[in-house]
Amino acid sequence: MKLLFYYLVFPGFVFASVVGLLTVWLDRKVSARVQWRYGPPWYQGFADIGKLLYKEVIIPREAFGSGFVTAPLFGLAAVTLGVTILCVSFFGMNDGFIGDIIVVWYLFAIPAIALIYVGSTSGNPLSSVGVSREIKLLLSYDLPMIIIIVMMASKAGSFSIQGIMDWQRANGSNISSWYGILGFAVSIFCIQAKLGRVPFDLPEAETELGSGILIELSGGLLAAYELSKAIMLFGLPMFLIILFRGKGIIGGILMYLLIVVLLILIKNTNPRVRIDHAMKYFWGWMSGAAILAGILAYFGV
Amino acid sequence: MDILKKSFKKSIWVFHLSTAACNNCDIEVLELLTPRYDVERFGIKLVGSPRHADALLVCGSVNAHAKPRLLEVYRQTPKPCLVVAFGSCGCSSGIFRDSYSIVGPVDKVLKEEDPDVKIVYIPGCPPKPEAMIEGIIKGLEAI
Repeated sequence: MKLLFYYLVFPGFVFASVVGLLTVWLDRKVSARVQWRYGPPWYQGFADIGKLLYKEVIIPREAFGSGFVTAPLFGLAAVTLGVTILCVSFFGMNDGFIGDIIVVWYLFAIPAIALIYVGSTSGNPLSSVGVSREIKLLLSYDLPMIIIIVMMASKAGSFSIQGIMDWQRANGSNISSWYGILGFAVSIFCIQAKLGRVPFDLPEAETELGSGILIELSGGLLAAYELSKAIMLFGLPMFLIILFRGKGIIGGILMYLLIVVLLILIKNTNPRVRIDHAMKYFWGWMSGAAILAGILAYFGV
Repeated sequence: MDILKKSFKKSIWVFHLSTAACNNCDIEVLELLTPRYDVERFGIKLVGSPRHADALLVCGSVNAHAKPRLLEVYRQTPKPCLVVAFGSCGCSSGIFRDSYSIVGPVDKVLKEEDPDVKIVYIPGCPPKPEAMIEGIIKGLEAI
């Protein structure tokens, strides 16, 4: 019963989606202010979700119906579970389990896999181009991020969220050392790609592929996707806070805002990259920087 | 259901469709996204796929070549949706009215497909941005 409350209300579905949708509003508002526009009102994210639930759901004739309908819901359930595991440990409600940091990272990969499934069942050629890009992107940003996670876990000597936070409370936050700063910079770009935001939004390129991988999603299915994206926008900065800062509510909120503002600024100052550029960037520069951070961490700098 | 209906009016996603337009209206639409008229204040944004759209912004006097495309896009749009017949050509085929290739203005073509289609007319060649905003608001009141 308690676990169900954690999953559905706090810190699970309701809490994460409210904070996530407010963050979506913050993103759109700050982007608008960067372009000297006024921007949408604060309830815009909620209005979008409500509107999408009100609309008709169309299932294309060529689509594989049951998979097309269930996959976005499956992604939403997985990302909610990931956020719940993260926040339950962060707020100290539960001790978690060994290896939960790896579990959470792969739970956050499930929305992308569900999207790949939806895109390939929808039977649309533009969507299949988006699918191939999403697969390549998933493979490319995972490598540097896994290096960072393993580095932080081995530094703390524990593969659990609680262990990493306890180590940081005893020895100072990771972000206050050189390897921490380098690792933080790498992981900001990785989560930007994981959220599918502007320099790395090639699977759903709006002008180029007509929304690519999402092209056939409509109504409630699109709402499920938008909601899982909003929850990811809350969950992934939380993941970085746990990895690099550790406990503390006030500092956590400040660092959350810092990460979100960095993500928005990266989005507003960069054009979309090509898929070969993105792969070269993550497998070359970013993985190199992650390994360098690992070496620095080994020497304790 | 009432709150969902209300949120529909606060979040209109627009798919822009050009059916044999002279391109002047298409350029004028972009004005709505600039800092001066910023329609994102009302939750309006342009989307890339008709599956996501709540309003179809149709520019141009529809010719024989564009008619099947217009009907196809209208069928692909999830209902309820609003159709905006944009500019003099969209409302009445404009100066191309009696041309050999024109099969009629937007409303005539769409009413063959769906007699209950909700259409907003925004005249002008091209319409002013203020007129576009007013037209869309009037259309939302009608839904």
